[in-house]
Amino acid sequence: MSLAPLLSVAASASEWSDSFLERLPLVARDLVTSWLPEPWRWLVNSLLAIAVILSVFGLLFAYVTLAERKILGRIQNRPGPNRTPIPFINLRFFGLAQPFADGVKALTKEDVVPRGADHLLHFLAPVVLLAFSILTFAVIPYGRHLVPVELNAGVLYFFAAGAATELAVFMAGWASRNKYSLLAAMRALAQLISYELPLLLAWVPVVLVAGALSTTEIVAAQAGWKFNLIPHWHVFTPWGAAGFVIFMIAALAESNRSPFDLPEAESELIAGHLTEYSGFKYALFFMAEYFGMIALSGMAITLFLGGWHSPSPYLEFIPSYVWFGGKLVVLLLGFIWIRATFPRLRMDQLTRFAWKFLVPLALINLANAAFWSLSFHWSGPLQILRWLISTLVVVGPFVLMGRKLSAGVAPRVYRYAAT
Amino acid sequence: MIAALVIIAVITLATAAVALALRNLIHSVLLLVASWFGIAAFYLWAGAEFVAFAQVLVYVGAVSMVVLFAVLLTRRSRVETVVSPDSLSRAVSAVITGVAVFGVLATAIFGTRLTPSTAAAPTVTVRDIGTQLMGTHAAALLIIGLLLTVALLGAVVLAAQDPDETNKDAS
Repeated sequence: MSLAPLLSVAASASEWSDSFLERLPLVARDLVTSWLPEPWRWLVNSLLAIAVILSVFGLLFAYVTLAERKILGRIQNRPGPNRTPIPFINLRFFGLAQPFADGVKALTKEDVVPRGADHLLHFLAPVVLLAFSILTFAVIPYGRHLVPVELNAGVLYFFAAGAATELAVFMAGWASRNKYSLLAAMRALAQLISYELPLLLAWVPVVLVAGALSTTEIVAAQAGWKFNLIPHWHVFTPWGAAGFVIFMIAALAESNRSPFDLPEAESELIAGHLTEYSGFKYALFFMAEYFGMIALSGMAITLFLGGWHSPSPYLEFIPSYVWFGGKLVVLLLGFIWIRATFPRLRMDQLTRFAWKFLVPLALINLANAAFWSLSFHWSGPLQILRWLISTLVVVGPFVLMGRKLSAGVAPRVYRYAAT
Repeated sequence: MIAALVIIAVITLATAAVALALRNLIHSVLLLVASWFGIAAFYLWAGAEFVAFAQVLVYVGAVSMVVLFAVLLTRRSRVETVVSPDSLSRAVSAVITGVAVFGVLATAIFGTRLTPSTAAAPTVTVRDIGTQLMGTHAAALLIIGLLLTVALLGAVVLAAQDPDETNKDAS
């Protein structure tokens, strides 16, 4: 690879699309499978892709939990886990071995199943949950040449696989044969169904403008830069910015993250539908939750943040999968930051926020995206008018509905606390 | 290809049959969901990706929840249900309804002349589906939307308690 002058890179952006670093994963795969006869090669290629996805996201899961605990600790003015040594050499190294120690602990813990429980469903619930959350990884384009499965209806596949997790939550709550578990499962279902709607409505504008349900085509629609400066990502349009925010809020709720973590508030609501789970099954639930969070972040990157495209034409020499990974890490750190910052919502606030605010706003945003795609050919001063109208259509209802929703509720008056 | 179809058909029908035979309602619902998965698999087998994923999204994601909520909210206890008809007239009307539905479906299926086409399956894009739904079949879409709205309103009316009635019960 030659280090060409950076300025000439922008002129011929396509030259990097096939650079060695860009093709490195494919080259590595072909090194492994090239000696196989043709009918076996695609099978081994697919198995290899599955193994890579499982190991990469498994490791990411392990270290996101560690990062979460350490960052939460720092924000709350304590060190976080830092004492787990690496075995045999007794080197602590910031507690980097903590996730593996946690894994061993979860594996060796006693697996308690209530006597009255429905044993089969009690066992199946975490398995189904994890299986469906892993299935969602199949359609996300991780790089220019790295799409595990190319489907015409890729985005629909992603959310169809995600929808099946609700069933697993119900199975967990019902099979535990515990009143609290069942009630908590119903509460969790109410939350998941409420936020399913804004989540789905938030990405419909993207499909409308891009004109495709395939993840690769949606990423391709976001290629290029305006004046070599502003990328053509959907998030940099009025409807895209609103859609992205709605999508991320709904994603927080769908993955049971704070401030929507009612389903597993362990101190107040006795961990909800997970009350009767222990040991490795409990760990599987957490694994599925983090996988869901990672997959939803990956989908948010694909839909709104330009997928694997680099933010500037001068930075294209960095391979696409590095850009995807970087965006993913930034979004995950955002999730952790939000968890450390916001207090938990009450159940009525949670459902009211979804049905009275997010759903109408997402519907208005859909009309906004329709206007955006209809005014595609506007140019010159009309372009400014287009941006103005589109921004007003989003911001106006946001302000009006926000005022109406919080009328009589906010701003909160603290009668007894000193101000 | 045919082997895959047979496997999908057996799974779909078997789960539906076992769902009918089981006395535990929750197990029946979960098996019904498995049956819906089988139908989605059949759509996938037939090359209709969009319909298959929409089937999973709507039936497995949403309709199953409605069924589960209905079962949990209407049952008094978790004990297994007794299988016996309420009254003779009910049993007779159930049989008549079943036979009528079966007759309509059977005549529709056997009355359709299926000609095997040799042409390659056309690749349908989302844009095509959209123009078909919003253009050619707009009337059908609107009628279905209206029907669902009426059903929703009916459910609210049925579920809502009359304030006068609750007062009467209290006194």
